[in-house]
Amino acid sequence: MLLENVKLALSGLLANKLRTFLTMLGIIIGIASVIAIMTVGDAMNKSVMGSMGDMGVNNISVFVTQKMSEDYDFSYDSDVREMKDKDYVSEDMLTDLSEHFEGRIEGISLKKSVGEIKVEDGKKYANINLDGVNNTGLKQNKLKLLSGRGFSANEQKESRKVIIVSDRYVENMLGGDTAAALGKTVETVIDNKYYTYTIIGVYEYSESSSGGMSAGKNRKDVRTSAYIPLKTAIIQLREKTLYDEFEVVARTGEDQGVLSADIQQYLNKKYYKENDAYETYSYSMKEEIKSMESMLNTQTYAFAAIGAISLLVGGIGVMNIMIVSITERTREIGTRKALGATNGYIRLQFITEAVVVCFIGGILGIIVGQFFGIMACKMMGYSGSASVGGIIFCVLFSMAFGVFFGYYPANKAAKLNPIEALRYE
Amino acid sequence: MQDIITVPPIIEARGIVKRFNEGSENELEILHGIDLNVRKGEFVSIVGTSGSGKSTLMNIIGLLDKPTAGSYMLDGVDVCCAGDTELSHIRNSKIGFVFQTYNLIARTSAIKNVELPMLYAGVKAKERRERAMELLELVEMKERINHTPDELSGGQKQRVAIARALVNHPSIILADEPTGALDSATGRKIMDLFHKLHKEQGITIVFITHSPELAKETERILTLKDGEFIDERMGIKYAS
Repeated sequence: MLLENVKLALSGLLANKLRTFLTMLGIIIGIASVIAIMTVGDAMNKSVMGSMGDMGVNNISVFVTQKMSEDYDFSYDSDVREMKDKDYVSEDMLTDLSEHFEGRIEGISLKKSVGEIKVEDGKKYANINLDGVNNTGLKQNKLKLLSGRGFSANEQKESRKVIIVSDRYVENMLGGDTAAALGKTVETVIDNKYYTYTIIGVYEYSESSSGGMSAGKNRKDVRTSAYIPLKTAIIQLREKTLYDEFEVVARTGEDQGVLSADIQQYLNKKYYKENDAYETYSYSMKEEIKSMESMLNTQTYAFAAIGAISLLVGGIGVMNIMIVSITERTREIGTRKALGATNGYIRLQFITEAVVVCFIGGILGIIVGQFFGIMACKMMGYSGSASVGGIIFCVLFSMAFGVFFGYYPANKAAKLNPIEALRYE
Repeated sequence: MQDIITVPPIIEARGIVKRFNEGSENELEILHGIDLNVRKGEFVSIVGTSGSGKSTLMNIIGLLDKPTAGSYMLDGVDVCCAGDTELSHIRNSKIGFVFQTYNLIARTSAIKNVELPMLYAGVKAKERRERAMELLELVEMKERINHTPDELSGGQKQRVAIARALVNHPSIILADEPTGALDSATGRKIMDLFHKLHKEQGITIVFITHSPELAKETERILTLKDGEFIDERMGIKYAS
């Protein structure tokens, strides 16, 4: 019965090709715009989330910040005093923090940036970004060591002048043999002072670890990171072991939102209660990503909703043409009723017709939308792909649309008085 | 002629009254208490000028309309109290309509048109096709089963319509001016087809016309005027 109806609907639609196509066009444009927007939106989200994900999802960032004004107007005091030693997070505080949260955290990642340096040797040169890190911090960079090793506890404690460099550095300065590079020295000038480090490890450089900073640069000019022990960097910078920011690595399975709040509360309560201008603030990357994701999704849905307006217009077009079609076929409806079609059957017949129009329109719309969506993604440099969920949703939605906009005209047809319908000229 | 007493009536209508706009100032009584009996296998014609109420009577007999008062038994079933859906089923199984304007479904092949009532009856596709073929053969339209109504002449369309009316083995064929839109030669052939169906298949036919000439060929002629039967007589061939 249903199959017969679909066949009937198709033959009816084929009999009026131009009209059917124009009716479908509304649905095609509506679905296409929704699909195109969703495709571009998804691609953008994925790209943004991908780059954020590289920043370490298990980390909780803690930094020292100005205390918010008392009246909570969310503005910072502009003439607040400079940070003094007592405002920074000290080594003791970090030790206390690690002990207090033992079991919930993996460790505390500390990093001091020494600066961007050009190492030169005759005609050879390499750009490096020199960072002092503790061992938790080194681990966070997820380096793939090609030869050598990481820092030992002693090297950290005694601030030895050892360095881990990238394979690119070795390629530029030492001919590319990573094993042979171990034990060689890196000589550089920082702030007019001369430093020498011994290479103890070589890691494999990857594009993603540089955060896309290398794009468009000559292979030779790419700036790669090099790591030295944290204390080595601190001494070199003539700083104290004080930090205005650090990262806490959470144990897997730990609720990072809760942990982040606990850390902030613990530090502020214990160390910053009496402080007149500063306090700590912490946030979890995962939570940030989550809220960012939901924001981006909201944005995509908002755009898709605008696209859906054209779908609504298309749906009204379908309804309109159904009413015209039913008026034209009044006699046919009367005949069908005389031959024994029940009201339900007539209703089903016309709803099927509307659903078929919307279904075919929906499929075409998905193809067109996918095409333009992926084109737009390519032009903007994202890798766009079809979202299967979106497609299934659109197919079902367009069919539901057919039922919705077909119901009123179909019901009108079903309720026609057969005598009047038969007499209709 | 068969014995009246032993043949059960197909149509047994008593005191059929039809009023339009009931209760309002424009109340209009079209039928004033009509009695009608049609026996199985009978070929009856109802003659009347336009405005005599024959269309209204046909609509009531054909279950497209309900009488204001009176009782109506169709093939032993009281149809006065049936609901819309039930009436659709009864129309589908017991009544075959033949219209003046053929009323074939446009853009649909002859065979699909003939299959339509069986589709509503829920007959399986294969069976539908076989039965439709059988009937198109009976009305001599076997060569044109795949033609759409646009591609058929008036007489051919009416043949297809007759095949469609017969397809569900109805209790009666209700033919409303079936030759009205045809030229006399073609109309003649359609009349011959009705006679053939009546004689060879024993089909009950109620033939509604304004033409006394055609009516005379039938077994029994009822003349309707101003909503009442004013005359009843036997047809020429059957008179003696």
